[in-house]
Amino acid sequence: MRTVSELLDAHQRDPTRLLQLLRDVQAASGQWLPPRVLTEVANGLGLPRAHVEGVAGFYAFLHLEPVGRFRVLVSDNITDVFAGSHDTLRAFSERLHVEPGHVRTDGVVSLDRTSCTGLCDQPPAILVNGRAISRVVGERLDAVVACIEAGTPVDRWPEALLHVDEGIRQRGPVLSSRLAPGAALRRVLEQGHDARTKTLEAARLRGRGGAGFPVVTKWETCRTAPGDSVVVCNADEGEPGTFKDRVLLATCADLVVEGMTVAAHCTQATTGFIYLRGEYTFLEGHLRGVLERRRREGLLGQGILGERGFDFDIDLHLGAGAYVCGEETALIESLEGKRGVPRHRPPFPVTNGYLGRPTIVNNVETYADVAVVFANGVEAWSALGTEKSTGSKLLSVAGDVERPGVYEVPWGVTLRDVLALAGGVDARAVQVSGPSGELVAPFEFDRRLCFEDLACAGAIAVFGPRRDLLEVALNFARFFAHESCGFCTPCRVGTHVAARSLSKLQQGRGSSVELTELETLAHLLRDTSHCGLGVMAPNAYRHWLRKFPEDVRRRLSASFEPSFDVEAALMNGRHEGARR
Amino acid sequence: MTGKVKLATTSLAGCFGCHMSFLDLDERILPLLERVTFDRSPLTDVKHASACDVGLIEGGVCNEDNLHVLKEFRDQCRLLVSVGACAINGGLPAQRNQFDVSELLHTVYMAEPGLGRRALPDDVELPRLFDKVRPVHEFVRVDYFLPGCPPPADAFWAFLTALLDGREPTLPRGALRYD
Repeated sequence: MRTVSELLDAHQRDPTRLLQLLRDVQAASGQWLPPRVLTEVANGLGLPRAHVEGVAGFYAFLHLEPVGRFRVLVSDNITDVFAGSHDTLRAFSERLHVEPGHVRTDGVVSLDRTSCTGLCDQPPAILVNGRAISRVVGERLDAVVACIEAGTPVDRWPEALLHVDEGIRQRGPVLSSRLAPGAALRRVLEQGHDARTKTLEAARLRGRGGAGFPVVTKWETCRTAPGDSVVVCNADEGEPGTFKDRVLLATCADLVVEGMTVAAHCTQATTGFIYLRGEYTFLEGHLRGVLERRRREGLLGQGILGERGFDFDIDLHLGAGAYVCGEETALIESLEGKRGVPRHRPPFPVTNGYLGRPTIVNNVETYADVAVVFANGVEAWSALGTEKSTGSKLLSVAGDVERPGVYEVPWGVTLRDVLALAGGVDARAVQVSGPSGELVAPFEFDRRLCFEDLACAGAIAVFGPRRDLLEVALNFARFFAHESCGFCTPCRVGTHVAARSLSKLQQGRGSSVELTELETLAHLLRDTSHCGLGVMAPNAYRHWLRKFPEDVRRRLSASFEPSFDVEAALMNGRHEGARR
Repeated sequence: MTGKVKLATTSLAGCFGCHMSFLDLDERILPLLERVTFDRSPLTDVKHASACDVGLIEGGVCNEDNLHVLKEFRDQCRLLVSVGACAINGGLPAQRNQFDVSELLHTVYMAEPGLGRRALPDDVELPRLFDKVRPVHEFVRVDYFLPGCPPPADAFWAFLTALLDGREPTLPRGALRYD
């Protein structure tokens, strides 16, 4: 076990490495961060003690109170819930003798829920000490219980138990690419700056994280902004139901890193980061291996491919369980070792990002696409897709389908095509792009996935004929309430009020008053939230209210009702109190 | 008196501070009285409301009598307005929400010095307590909220005159306050 002092030195006593340091210190000091350790870290970095505790308190996977030696977190993502994750939670609770949200008295195990773990195609999933484990039912659940009771460290659990399926169902130009490391980069070096820009322009490549911002615009703005540019890969794949980046990083990491290196050349960046979500810690070793190998091959580091002055290296940063860090300015804050609170914009990261430097933040898939565009040429790329959405898109399909997994499809396919591919033709609704996306009803299944019609960041969650869409909406609303960073009041309070109103509807106690409140909240959150999380949060229920009016009507009570049992609330006072 | 708007006011678990602030309308009460007539209110000492246009309610709900009054009031008022911090959030009385009610009663009436009798109040006429003090809108539908502790007289004035003129009420800067 390394001491705090050794770890401080390993991180060069650099305050921007605070989050990475806290992760390491926690791992070394018994899985939580006691007050004296926080003090030692604060002194070592020359930071205020309150700042260090503030950062530690922000991230779900950093603990300020003792936790179990084994920390079991069960995924609360809706497709995991429909696959039985609540039963899994109950089974762990009964068999490990620990209440959810608590630590067992012997300190061996603690149990809780967590947001989507990115294993939606193999549910129900859990995390044990940060390690993702799929399909935790039946024998696999027995095996997890047995390993915990035997005290076996997680990295020595049976390989079969730790195995995560890649689940690739359909390949396109990206997933079938057999690009030799460095091949795309050589093409880029052959082209001059103008030719490179032309290639990117002609490819009409747009960001894959959801917003669809043109890649060439972002990169050119960054290149021309004063200061040393920074290239960031957003691998904080937190949108529930999305897992295509996990698969890309597991199977095509070279492609992603190659794309980042191309980006570095185009923007004249020397510094790169991959920000990997804490839930994907199991990919850390693999990614570090890929980066190390590419350094040996002369594809990272000083003078890449023998080109003088082409210096670029990539550091892997891990998140610690905060959905909001997927927002690019929150991600940059987190990279700087701070709480993941989104920044005011403008200025945009592309001119004032990491440590005030010009920074491009792109999705994992975008970088892979860049490598493919330069390797295969623009014609091959734009032969696929539509006018404004060229190339392919990776979809993470989960829920009530026969064949869940990752599908690479050309942009422009209809949702109905996707459902046919995955075997979900009887769907009663599909959530596209996760809770912050859109709930799509059957009458819209002929809509096309592309920026011109139904934009998609990757998640396709399919709900079969018997699924309760109010349960879906409530699950999403609770997700936003849980993940709100708390910085602005509309989001901090509004997300909770929305969840409470939906919960009343679910109990059959909701009336038109709650519907009006939900509508008002949707406007309030959209107009006054500090960042996209609050703006998008009402998407959890807005589409359901609008597209499934029959569903909504069936849930309404005729008049206003309290959300709780009034008589029971009174009885408590009498029972324990004065009246005998 | 026909043609006048009927206004009722009442207080639940509050301190009547909101009513006092209402009285701070001072001489503006006279023009107001040309347009409204008071039904149930501590100002008129009418104990039960009849059908009213507007009801102003102060205070949160801490016992079953509060709830009884609230329901009757709601039934009689076309528009119900939650007035002040206690009606809207539970306010000061809700400070007891962090304690268990029976523990609190025991501490106050049995353990702490000062109350000679050392017995829990148990008269059958005393209303039963709720486990928590709750805001008005957790029990009934509320149409408007007038925040403040208390809302300033200007807030009452802006709100009521807007209603009387048939405008959607908005509070001017300075009158919209929570302290």
